[in-house]
Amino acid sequence: MAAAQLVQVAQELREIRIAGFGGQGVILAGFIIGKAASLYDGQEATMTQAYGPESRGGACSADVVMGKGEIGYPKVKSPHVLVAMSQEAYTLNAPHVRPDGLIIVDADLVKIERPPAARLVAVPATRLAEQLGKKVVANIILLGFFTAQTRLLSQEAMRKAIQSSVPSRFTSLNLRAFEVGYEHGLKA
Amino acid sequence: MSDLSVLTGEHFMNGDIACAEGGLACGCRFFAGYPITPATEVAERMARRLPEVGGVYIQMEDEIASMNAILGASWAGTFSMTSTSGPGFSLMMENIGLGIMTETPCVVVNVQRGGPSTGLPTLTGQGDMMQARWGSHGDYEIIALAPQSPQECFDLTIEAFLLSEQYRVPVLVMSDEMVGHMMERVVIPPADKIPLPVRRKPRVDKDSFVAFAPCEDLVPEMPSAGDGYRIHVTGLTHDERGYPATNARAHDRLVRRLVDKIRNNAHKIFRLEESGMEDAEVAIIAYGITARVARRAMQMARERGIRAGLLRLITVWPFPEERVRRLATQVRALVVAELNMGQMVREVERFSGSTPVFSALRPGGEIQEPGEVLAVIERAAKAAAKS
Repeated sequence: MAAAQLVQVAQELREIRIAGFGGQGVILAGFIIGKAASLYDGQEATMTQAYGPESRGGACSADVVMGKGEIGYPKVKSPHVLVAMSQEAYTLNAPHVRPDGLIIVDADLVKIERPPAARLVAVPATRLAEQLGKKVVANIILLGFFTAQTRLLSQEAMRKAIQSSVPSRFTSLNLRAFEVGYEHGLKA
Repeated sequence: MSDLSVLTGEHFMNGDIACAEGGLACGCRFFAGYPITPATEVAERMARRLPEVGGVYIQMEDEIASMNAILGASWAGTFSMTSTSGPGFSLMMENIGLGIMTETPCVVVNVQRGGPSTGLPTLTGQGDMMQARWGSHGDYEIIALAPQSPQECFDLTIEAFLLSEQYRVPVLVMSDEMVGHMMERVVIPPADKIPLPVRRKPRVDKDSFVAFAPCEDLVPEMPSAGDGYRIHVTGLTHDERGYPATNARAHDRLVRRLVDKIRNNAHKIFRLEESGMEDAEVAIIAYGITARVARRAMQMARERGIRAGLLRLITVWPFPEERVRRLATQVRALVVAELNMGQMVREVERFSGSTPVFSALRPGGEIQEPGEVLAVIERAAKAAAKS
């Protein structure tokens, strides 16, 4: 690849960070985005995660770099999109989001005192998940919301990635959660 | 080969699991190891997958025993491997030497982390590069490969098996925590497209067989225990029959051959990748995960009008001496980026002639920022302009 092409590719990559607490399905959410992009949407994707003893039960994040071209540098430095599932995750990561970026928060878990430079949208993911009967699918609701808001990935690719990543007895619940999030994302 | 051993298709998997799948796909049926972060996923995957394909997984008491077990399995005729990191790699050193002396094919995956000692169990590093080359006592040559992605973890583990059988030497896959834990698409080809390692079995009858008499490429043929050939395998200096011969003459002959079988064939072993080198004035040399950082830094340098190119070492040992020597005459400065305090850069300096060498170093913990490497490229370009 010529050098000029390489430069362009790097500029078209998107950096996404999902952040929250261990146990909320943060890593799974990042995994599903990466898998959807790289296996079902014709894109390249690299997922990395904060990996350390401190990530057990405490703060936790999953990073995905994705786009149409080769991914060299694999880490997320200034996210285009942040999905924050806890107050700490928001406080810690919001300042690094690009001014033209997007921040998605769980409305029940994150209180916003001062609006950030980036566009901010909130969805009551945990509450909606409880209405579906399982609080744990809040991450998938957020993924639906993310898909509608960012249009970085097709719905079909996301559905396939969810189907192939969750235990089969929970497939329909998770797909329903994705729908609910997606609908809210279209309206927000 | 059982269908289950090759998971043909596209996967979103991490580098550790891809190493295990690479081994399984090309016929590895024995793994002995001791779990250690960040290499545990290799062992975990093997523990689950080997029984599915009729193979054997043993969790050993430590890494000394793990290394010994895979040497034994290899002599029993099985393709064998182990994986480890930092402290475990240190423990394996003595028996890696035994593998070199007894010319026993096998594969060792080292998912590097920050050291010395227990260091940084969960964080990356490339501090074992010289240990890979010189860590076991005595004189030898070794083969080591450095994957930069999960796909290469798969591909290079297979390559490692091919090389280890071809040259009868333990082959080291020098991964790191970042590549080991990073998830990306890994394409596993159909079983009939996967190259399989070939054990170089004796072509002569049992009576005329001489265990360590080399072929033309200096590598002897290798029967398995139980094939009926008379063999004696020892870590002591031995004659061509394999019997201990602890004298200077036998030692000279054996060690020269162990070294030359790699050196003389080095041109067939090297694998390199070059980009932007056509018009480069500054050449970056990097390997493994750092090559990806260097590639981004190279792009940034180009955006700023510096003609930078990248030489990525896929094979790190043996070192591509001639290519680096030639490169040094093509460009005005060399930059080496690595996650240690200066290891492969010394090797580059040996062959750089009068071309200045700059290094972008970090002792592990996390990968460099592209900007850090860029700063060194800028410094190199400035110095080159003055000279």
